[in-house]
Formats: sequence, structure tokens, C-alpha cells
Amino acid sequence: MNIFLFMISCILTNNFIFSRFLGCCPFLGVSGKVSTAASMGLAVTFVMTIASFVCYMVDQWVLVPLGLLYMRTIAFILVIAALVQFVEMFLKKSSPAIYSALGIYLPLITTNCAVLGVATLNVSAEYNMLYSVLNGFFGALGFTLAIVLMAGVRERLESSKIPKCMKGFPISLVSAGLMAMAFMGFSGMV
Amino acid sequence: MSLIVSTAPHVRSSLTTRKIMLNVVVALLPCAAAGIYYFGYRAAIVLAVSMLSAVLSEFIWQKATRQRVKISDCSALVTGLLVGLTVTPTAPWWLVMIGSIFAIIVVKQLFGGIGDNFLNPALAARAVLLASWPARMTAHIAVTAFPGVDIAASATPLVGAEASIMQLLMGNVPGAIGETCKIAIILGFVYLLLTETITFEIPVITVASAFVLSYLLGMDPVTTILSGGLLFGAVFMATDYATSPMHRWARVLYAIGIGCLTVLIRKFGAYPEGVTYAILFMNILTPLLDRMLPNRVYGHSRKKEAK
Amino acid sequence: MHEGNSPARLKKVFTNGLISDNPTFRLVLGTCPTLAVTTSAINGLGMGLAATFVLICSNMVVSALRKVIPDKVRIPAYIVIIATFVTVVQLLLQAYIPSLYESLGLFIPLIVVNCIILARAEAFAGKNPVLASGVDGLGMGLGFTLALTLIGVIREFIGAGTAFGFQVLGSSYEPMLLIVMASGGFLTYGLLLGIINLLTESKKSHRQKEAE
Repeated sequence: MNIFLFMISCILTNNFIFSRFLGCCPFLGVSGKVSTAASMGLAVTFVMTIASFVCYMVDQWVLVPLGLLYMRTIAFILVIAALVQFVEMFLKKSSPAIYSALGIYLPLITTNCAVLGVATLNVSAEYNMLYSVLNGFFGALGFTLAIVLMAGVRERLESSKIPKCMKGFPISLVSAGLMAMAFMGFSGMV
Repeated sequence: MSLIVSTAPHVRSSLTTRKIMLNVVVALLPCAAAGIYYFGYRAAIVLAVSMLSAVLSEFIWQKATRQRVKISDCSALVTGLLVGLTVTPTAPWWLVMIGSIFAIIVVKQLFGGIGDNFLNPALAARAVLLASWPARMTAHIAVTAFPGVDIAASATPLVGAEASIMQLLMGNVPGAIGETCKIAIILGFVYLLLTETITFEIPVITVASAFVLSYLLGMDPVTTILSGGLLFGAVFMATDYATSPMHRWARVLYAIGIGCLTVLIRKFGAYPEGVTYAILFMNILTPLLDRMLPNRVYGHSRKKEAK
Repeated sequence: MHEGNSPARLKKVFTNGLISDNPTFRLVLGTCPTLAVTTSAINGLGMGLAATFVLICSNMVVSALRKVIPDKVRIPAYIVIIATFVTVVQLLLQAYIPSLYESLGLFIPLIVVNCIILARAEAFAGKNPVLASGVDGLGMGLGFTLALTLIGVIREFIGAGTAFGFQVLGSSYEPMLLIVMASGGFLTYGLLLGIINLLTESKKSHRQKEAE
């Protein structure tokens, strides 16, 4: 599969939110405004790309040689938690501007299942290093696309006369369902 | 700062919702007539069921939620008619009914009713039906109006059946009830332009960009724009007030997006017809487009109001 | 909240998780597995029970160690505890119920990042005695299981015409495939939440009227 098709597949056809259900909590929780959604998307992209790379290395160079495959889940979540901590500290020191933009979103990413999800997907699909990193990067771009689109729609809904019992999560979920339906048009493209 | 472009009546002309909706109904009449002419009584039943269930479900919803009943604004009638015109004449009554109810209740009323929906209700309903009962939705029949032609399952021009340009224009091909006869659609388009219900830019740019992209991709551009639901979607679906951008450049981008996505989905996707998904996708993008490309307010002589 | 293990409190803790603070319908936590595995009732039930097991065990261990774990590293410590039990579940399922293991797939390891479990460790188990924490895990877990099974039953019924794999609607029923697709997961969950809100609202206003 060439890289362009792989990109289309990750972003549109197999979108992390709309077809794989990975990262739904931040997708529903942090999509109230376009600007915050974009920041969250950026933070996730950053962490997911690096996490794919690091988890690949940990898997290939530590877990596989030592025959500790059953430790994958524990190892990956530790790597991700440590990575998020490290990224947070690094950004705080080196670029306070980015840190203040992403700051509050970074700790949330540890429990974003898209990050652990992509690391696990990479090993179960047996991607090589390049495709693991690309899967993380493009997958995160797909997540960003979804959360920004959702935020656009939700900003619009603010002025709508939504029935009381549907306000908040229910209408967000229904909107996401309708959006997922539109994304089905891309199925079969890859 | 959140700039919400609400679709409620901003600057608007003397056109009331009811008048706009009636204009759309009149513009759709040639398509409905052509559908009934080609596909016979089945098409008439489908249209009757779709309109009736749309209006009824709006009525029941507004009664149940103790709102003022506003079915006389005819917007539910238009949605129902659009649902009916975009399904095949062989569609069973329950399928059409589910489509109309979904369009009115889930896509429109749950989001706050007229003008608050972010997707075109009729198109969303079509996507639901297409995903749920793909075989039913693509069971096209040959036209009945010509002697010697039996009602039999047959392929639409989109999936390889041969059709001359003249046939495509006249609508003498299998397909959805209202989408086959391009002459009727063009008649409706001209009527909508003359009554100033819509402006020309979205339909024209949509079709033009589909033409150009299909040419670049080595497809036959004339067949591309004349087959399937592209023309119908561009004229009647993409121009929906509530779900298309307000600002001029946003509208241009929106239309280009629809045209190009339609061709791309047709060429590379799993679905033979891309226009449904193309418009839905651009509907979702609409709030962002409006946000990114705000226009000077006096740039428009006439603002649009919710369909 | 620091009342220990009195039976009355345990009962309250249990029903709290099961109904009044139901993680799926009231707190809207753990949405990813809720949406992803509820294409059938069996999958929903299986996922719910697996999460319940992890939730009870991790709650009890976190509670037992609550005075040992330094406050600063408590979140990583919780995550390691949770991940350990998830690995246990993963290996058990793989060995004894391979069919369920296959169909839940990716979402078994992802129980680690199910926010319900970490949230309960942080909000309850870290401050309460072992037994109460176990009961809290049981209540929350069963609440989650109940919700997932309910959504699974509804989606399977509409989208396939079956219930727990048995054909219940006649062969003339044409299933609405959309409901078992990704989009249908969001739609079903959203509409169900709306209906539950509507019911609780009308109950509340009913009670208010009676009070007046």
C-alpha cells in the first residue's frame, strides 16, 4: 500500500473516531469550541506520533527479544504515561508558548484510548517502523479533523432550540452519528 | 469569541418561509411528473407516502412537544418530497416512511427544528436508507413508459449501463424517481432562479467543478454531470439554506467541494453515487467554512433563510 | 464519605453505581467501548463483565495500598495496577472464551484507559476501605454491564433481528443495517441518553408537583 493511500485510509476511510471509536471521550468532552478542539487535536497528534515510534521500539527491542509479549499492555501504557510527562516537562522548559496552549490537554492524553489504541494496533497489524509512525501521525490527523468538525457543528448548535432532554451529550452523540454516516461515503476508497 | 451565524431570519426579503417552500415544491413538480410518467403508479405511491409521513411526523412531534404546529410552512412537505424523489420507484412503503420520519424527527426536530439542522434532512435520510437497505435502494427498474420494456431490475448508467446523452437528458434511464429527467431538473432550476429562491452560484459551480475534475481524471465529463443524482443534488439539496454557507467565498468553496468529492467518490469509492455523501460532508464543513471566510455583510443583497 | 463499611452505606454505594450514578447513562464515561462493542448483546455483556472484574480488583488493591502509595505517583501506580488486571483478563479470555476475545479485540487492552476505572480509583478507592471499594467497583461495573447489554440488545434487535444470537423476528424482517454500523452506535447511544433524560426529568417534575 503506498503512503498516499495509507493516509487517505487513516484520515477518512478508517477515521479513528467515526469508524474505530478510539478517542471518543476527548472527542465528546473537548469539542465545545473550535479553538480548544484544534489545540487538543494538535496535542494528540504530537503525542500519538511519538508514542507510535517509542512503543514500536520498546516492542521490537525489549519485549520481543525477552519474550514478554504478554506485558505489552502494561509496558505501552507506562511508556505513554512517561512520554506525556516528559513532553509536558520539555515543553514547559523549551517553548512556554506551546505549553500554555496545550498545557491542560496533555495530562488528559494519557487516558486517551486513541494513543494506547494506535500502539496496540501497530503491533497487531505488524507494521514496520515507518508505517507505525505514519499510522500514529495520520490517525491523529483524522482525530483532529473529526474533533474540529464536531466543534464547528457544536458551536452552531449553541444557538439552536434543542429539546431539553437532548442537550449536551445526547445531541453531540446524535451529531457524531450523522457525521459518521457522511464519512461512510469514503468507504471503499482504499 | 464565538461568531455564530445563525440561520434565523437576518436580512431578508419579503419571501416568507412558506412562500420559499412553495416555490421549491413548484420547482420539484416537473421532476415528480417525469418520475410518475416514466415509472408509473409506483412512483406516485412512493411520493405520496413520503410526503404524508413527513408532514404527519412533524405534526405529531410538534403536538407532543407542545410547540406551535408549523406544518403550514410547508418545509416538512418539501423534505418529504425530496426523500421520495431520491429513492427508487421500487422502494417499499415502510422504507420510504422510515426515511421521512428519520429526516423530520432525528435530523431536523431533535436539533431544534427548521433552520437549526446542520445536515440536509432529506439527504441524511437517503444515506440512512442506503446504508441500511442497500439492495432495496439500488433495485432500479427500467422505465415503463415505452412499449416493450418490461419492469425488470436493471443497472443505472452510473454502474455501466449504456445510455445516450439524449436519453440521459430526457430521463429515459433507470434511477431514482426524481433524478433521472435532467430537463425537468433544469426547468426547476430556472424557476427557482426566476423567483429568486436560490442563487445560481452553488449549483453552477458544483456541476462545473465535477465536469472539470472528471475530465482531468479521464472520465467522460458530459456523462458524469448528466448521470446519477448530481444535477438534482446540486440544484435542490446543496442549496438548502440551513446547511449551506452564508458567505460568498465559503459558498464557492462549498460548491467546489461537492463537485470534486462527488467525482472522487464515484471513481474511487464503494458507492456508485457520491453526491449524497459529498453534500453531507460539505454540510458538516459549512460552519467552519463560514467561520474561516467571513464576508462583508453588505456583500449580499438578499440573505437566505432556513429551508 | 468516610463512614467505613456499615451495611446501609454499602447498599447505598452499590445502588449509586448501578443506577443513580450509572457510568454510561448518568456520568457518560467510557464511551469508546460503549460505542464500539455494543453491536451485539453478547459482546456488550462480555465487555461489561470484563470491565467489572478489573474494576472490582483494581478498586480493592488501590484501596488496600492507599496508605502506602505516595500521593505524587498515585496516578501512574493506579495505571499499573489496572493494567495488570487487564492483562489477567486478556489472558483468561484468550484461554477460555476465545470467540469473545476475538470479537472484542482491541477493546480488551483498552480497558486500561477506560476512564470509569481510573475515575473510581481516584474518586473512591483511594479514600475508602477495601470492602466499600470492592462494592463500589461491583456497583459501577454492573451498572456499566447493564447499560452495555441494554444498548447491545437494542442494536442487535434492530440491526440484525436477533437477541443474544437467537432469531426473534421472522425472516421477513429486513434488519436496519445502519444501527450495527459505527454511525448507528452513536445514534442509538445518543437517542437512548435523550430518552433516559426525558424519563428522569418527568419523574422529577412529577415529584415536585406531588411535593407542592
